[in-house]
Amino acid sequence: MRRALLVPVLTALLVVAIVVNLGAGAVQIGPLQVVDILFGTGLGEPAAAGQSAVLLQIRAPRVALCALTGACLAVSGAALQGVFRNPLADPGIIGVTSGAAVGAAASIVIGLSTFGGATAGLAAFAGGLAAAAVGYFAARHQGRTEVVTLVLTGVAVSAIAGAAVGVFIYLADDNELRTLIFWTMGSLGTATWPGVKAVAPLLILSTVALPFFARGLNALVLGEREARHLGFHPERLRIGVIVLAALGTGAAVSLTGAIGFVGLVIPHLIRLIAGPDHRLLLPASAIGGAALLLAADLISRTAVAPAEMPVGVITALIGGPFFLLLLIRSRRLSGGWA
Amino acid sequence: MKRVIALAAALLVAMTACGQAEAEPQAAPQAVQRIVPLTGDIAEIVWALGLGDQVVGVDTSALYPAQAAAKEPKIGYQRQLAAEGILSLQPTIVIGTPEAGPAEVITQIKQAGIRTEIVALPTTVDDVAQRIKTVAGLLGVSAEGDQLAAKVAKEIADAKGTSSPTRVAFLYVRGAGTAMIGGTGTRASAMIAATGFVDAGATSGVQGYKTITAEALAAAKPDVLVLLDAGLESIGGVDGVLKLPGVAQTPAGAAKKIVSLEDTYLLNLGPRTGSALKDLRAKVSG
Repeated sequence: MRRALLVPVLTALLVVAIVVNLGAGAVQIGPLQVVDILFGTGLGEPAAAGQSAVLLQIRAPRVALCALTGACLAVSGAALQGVFRNPLADPGIIGVTSGAAVGAAASIVIGLSTFGGATAGLAAFAGGLAAAAVGYFAARHQGRTEVVTLVLTGVAVSAIAGAAVGVFIYLADDNELRTLIFWTMGSLGTATWPGVKAVAPLLILSTVALPFFARGLNALVLGEREARHLGFHPERLRIGVIVLAALGTGAAVSLTGAIGFVGLVIPHLIRLIAGPDHRLLLPASAIGGAALLLAADLISRTAVAPAEMPVGVITALIGGPFFLLLLIRSRRLSGGWA
Repeated sequence: MKRVIALAAALLVAMTACGQAEAEPQAAPQAVQRIVPLTGDIAEIVWALGLGDQVVGVDTSALYPAQAAAKEPKIGYQRQLAAEGILSLQPTIVIGTPEAGPAEVITQIKQAGIRTEIVALPTTVDDVAQRIKTVAGLLGVSAEGDQLAAKVAKEIADAKGTSSPTRVAFLYVRGAGTAMIGGTGTRASAMIAATGFVDAGATSGVQGYKTITAEALAAAKPDVLVLLDAGLESIGGVDGVLKLPGVAQTPAGAAKKIVSLEDTYLLNLGPRTGSALKDLRAKVSG
C-alpha cells in the first residue's frame, strides 16, 4: 500500500512545490496572477509588468533548474549507492563534485573569461568529468573495475582535488576568495533561461536514463557473480551509471555550485519507505529530490528576504540532522543500517 | 467539505489581494526615486549627496553613515545579491560597482527592466571626485554632485603629502588566523601612495592581498603598520599584532608603531577620503 501510493504522493508534493515556488518570494504574486502571467487567461487583476518579468525571467528558470537538479542529484545518488553497494555513496563519491570545484576555482582565480559569463560553469563541468574519468580509469584493471578500488580512487581523486582547490584559495585575492566560497555553498539564484537550456538536456538524460538500470542494480544486490548469472553485465552497468551520474551531476553543479545531501539523503528516505527495489527507488528518488530541493530553495529565498541564504547551507542544515535521526532510529530498530 | 472550499477560496482571494497591495507603491510620484545602492561605497556617496531618504534598500557592506547601516531592508552582501529581493523593493535605479554580483543577478535585474548602472572602481584617490560626479549625474543631482566633488577634491589635494621615505604596510587582519598584507592594486595602497609614504607591501612585490609570512614581512621592512579598527580589535590590540609571525622583527614591531583607522573611512575612497588621508598621515607621522 505504502509502495503503491509513494509515486502519486511524491508527484503531488512536487506539483505543490512547483506552484508554491512560482508564487512565493520577495515579490508578491497572487496565485491567480501566476496563472494569468503563465497562460494569459485574464483571470484576476492584470499583473504589473515587473511581476511578470520576475515570474518569467527569474522565478521560472530557477524553479526549472531547481527541480531538474534535485531530481538528477537524487537519482544519481540512488543509482551510485546501488552500483557501489555502499550506503554512503553519493554523486561526490566518483569525484565529480570535487573535480567541478577545481574547475570553478581555477577559472575564478586565473580569471578566465574565454566563454564569457559561462566560463566558470564550463570549467566546473570539465573538471567534474575529468575527475570522474581519472577515478574510473585509475580503478580499472584488465577491462574491469572493482568496487572497493573504485571507492578508494574516488577518495584519492577528491583529496587531490581538495588540495588543488587549496592552492587556488591560497592564490586568490579577497574578491576571488569570496566568489569561491559562495560557489562551494551552492546557489540557484543565478539561474537564467540560456543557462538552464544549456544544462537541461544532460540533467534530463541522466534523470530519465538511470531508472532503466534498475533491474540490473537489483541483480547486483545479490553479488557480482550472481548478477552475471542472471544475465547482467556488471562492468557495463557500472560504467553506464557512472557516466550518466557524472554527466548529470557535472552539469548541475556547473550552474549551481556544490549542493550537498540531496544525493545522499533522499535515496535513503525513499528506501526507508519503499524498500530496496530499484525499480521504485530510482524514479521515486528523482521526484522526491526535485520536491526537496524546491522546498529548500523556497526557504533560501524567503527566510531572509530580500537577501538570500545559500541553498547548500539549507539542504545540509535540514538534511544533516534528519539523516542523523534516521541513523539513530534504524540502529535502535534493527541494530544497524540496511 | 463546502467549508473547506469556502476557506480555500477566501485564502486565494486574500493572497491575490496581498499581491496587489504590494504592487501599489509602483504608482509613486516620478520625482521621488527609489534607489538601491548595491555596494557600501556607493551608498556612502548617495547619502553624502543628500539622497539617503530615497534609498529603499542597502547591502550589508553599507556601514556609513549610521543611517545607511541602520537602513532596512538589507539586500544581502554585495557579492551575493539576489535579483528577486532587489526587484521586490521596486527600485527606479540600482547603482553598483564591478564588485557587485553575481554577474547573472545583475543581468536578471537589467532584464526585468530596472535601470542598472555600474560605476567603475577607483584606483587612486584622484578618481574620487569623478566618481561622485558620475553617481550624482546618474541620480539627476549633477549640481550637488559638482559641489560635493569640488569640496572633496580640494580636501584630498590639501591632505596629500610630499614624498617621505617612511615605509608603511597595510595589514588586513581578522583574528589570529587571518593576517594579510596589502600590495599593488588595493585601495589601502592607493591611500598610502596619496599620503606620500612608501607602500612597503607594494614595493616588496605584493599584489593584492597576500597571507603574511615572517620572511615576507621582514623583506617589506615596514616602519609603520596600518590596520583597520575592527582588525586590530579582532587580534587583541597592539600586543596581538606583535605576536604575528615576523612583526616583532620589523622596524614597526620594534618601535611598536602600529596604528588603525575605521574600515570604511580608510577604504571606501569616497566623500571622507580627504579627511581620512589627513588622519592617516597624522597617525603614521605621530
